[in-house]
Amino acid sequence: MERVPVLNLGDVLLVSIQIDLSDEIALRLQDDLAERIVATGAQGVIIDITALDIVDSFVGRTLSTIAGISRVLDADTVVVGMRPAVAITLVELGLSLPGVRTALNVEQGLRRLQAARPHAAVPTVEAVAGP
Amino acid sequence: MDAETTSRFAITLQTNREALTKHWRAATGAKLRGRQTESELTAQIEYVHAALLAAASSGGALDLHGQESAELRAVLTEMSTSRARVGFTPTETTAAIFALKDALLATADGEDSKQLRDYLAYAAFVDDMGVYTFEAYAATRESLIADQADQLLEISTPVVKLWDGVLAVPLVGTLDSARAQVVTERLLQALADTGSPYAIIDITGVPAVDTQVAQHVLKTIVAARLMGADCIISGIRPQIAQTIVALGIEFADIVTKSTLADALMHALRTSGVELVRRPERTA
Repeated sequence: MERVPVLNLGDVLLVSIQIDLSDEIALRLQDDLAERIVATGAQGVIIDITALDIVDSFVGRTLSTIAGISRVLDADTVVVGMRPAVAITLVELGLSLPGVRTALNVEQGLRRLQAARPHAAVPTVEAVAGP
Repeated sequence: MDAETTSRFAITLQTNREALTKHWRAATGAKLRGRQTESELTAQIEYVHAALLAAASSGGALDLHGQESAELRAVLTEMSTSRARVGFTPTETTAAIFALKDALLATADGEDSKQLRDYLAYAAFVDDMGVYTFEAYAATRESLIADQADQLLEISTPVVKLWDGVLAVPLVGTLDSARAQVVTERLLQALADTGSPYAIIDITGVPAVDTQVAQHVLKTIVAARLMGADCIISGIRPQIAQTIVALGIEFADIVTKSTLADALMHALRTSGVELVRRPERTA
């Protein structure tokens, strides 16, 4: 089965979803992330959904659940890159993703994590972007 | 109109052409109060007359909604469309058609009861033409109104950049569902395109805020939050503040400011920009 890769960047886990999220893949991502947060002691999780055209209620709830799980494991979750159409649909469905932090792009997501945890090894935007 | 009457109608139109168009023109011109030049009017009447004659001479019964009248209908539509566009009133638009009745009556001597029966049949057909003209007129006006509404939607919702990372949407006019949707889509798209983490929704130009308007604004703000941008509402006039409280509308944890300047200041402070007045230089 297809899997969403989870990348390590210092104290941050970066997940970029590039495939259609079926319910199984979403659940497996939830499992993987829980394990990886514990294994790496990550303090932040960035989930990039720029490539997602559709976020249904199940995926929306899974994102909330992931945020909840990582909070229990002492990591902040930021969902980045939601498309306008997706945001409008979620609002119309009455899903406001409680407990999920959001940012417009990965760069701003990293900044949010940095602001929330000044002492964590959050890669700086400059380090990620290169010289 | 049955086939026999139709053929008599065709003959009347053909033989009395000169007299008919003359009366017709005079009767129409009187109602138009000089809104159309004599030559324009003459051309138009000749045009309608020709189409009517063609329809009546096609043989068989004449019906405005039948196959034989397709050309006539096109002529009528064209005439009323052009008049609707330049702002003629419905009366002025249908005047040219109903004037044909006067013209027909003038050409009949009215002594003969058979002629009178014919005239009634003709008049009924002219009534149909008049109604058809009016329908075309109304359709044109409707489409004009729809076009203007679209244009209004286009011009009335700009998203402007106030500062690096701060966008503003000055809302002007009443906010209905259609406009609210356009505003939401534009703002969110602009946020995604520019990567601005702050947006100010300025409602100075909104005449009244009711629960529906508040609902639209709130939805936009929640959607912007989902994308990772914060919204500030500004331009709340004293009267509107009273209405909002009286209606029990809750803006919860959304930042509201009374002026656009305050909102911009707030966005700048939160994003870490400090504005300092330069110390006055002594000359």
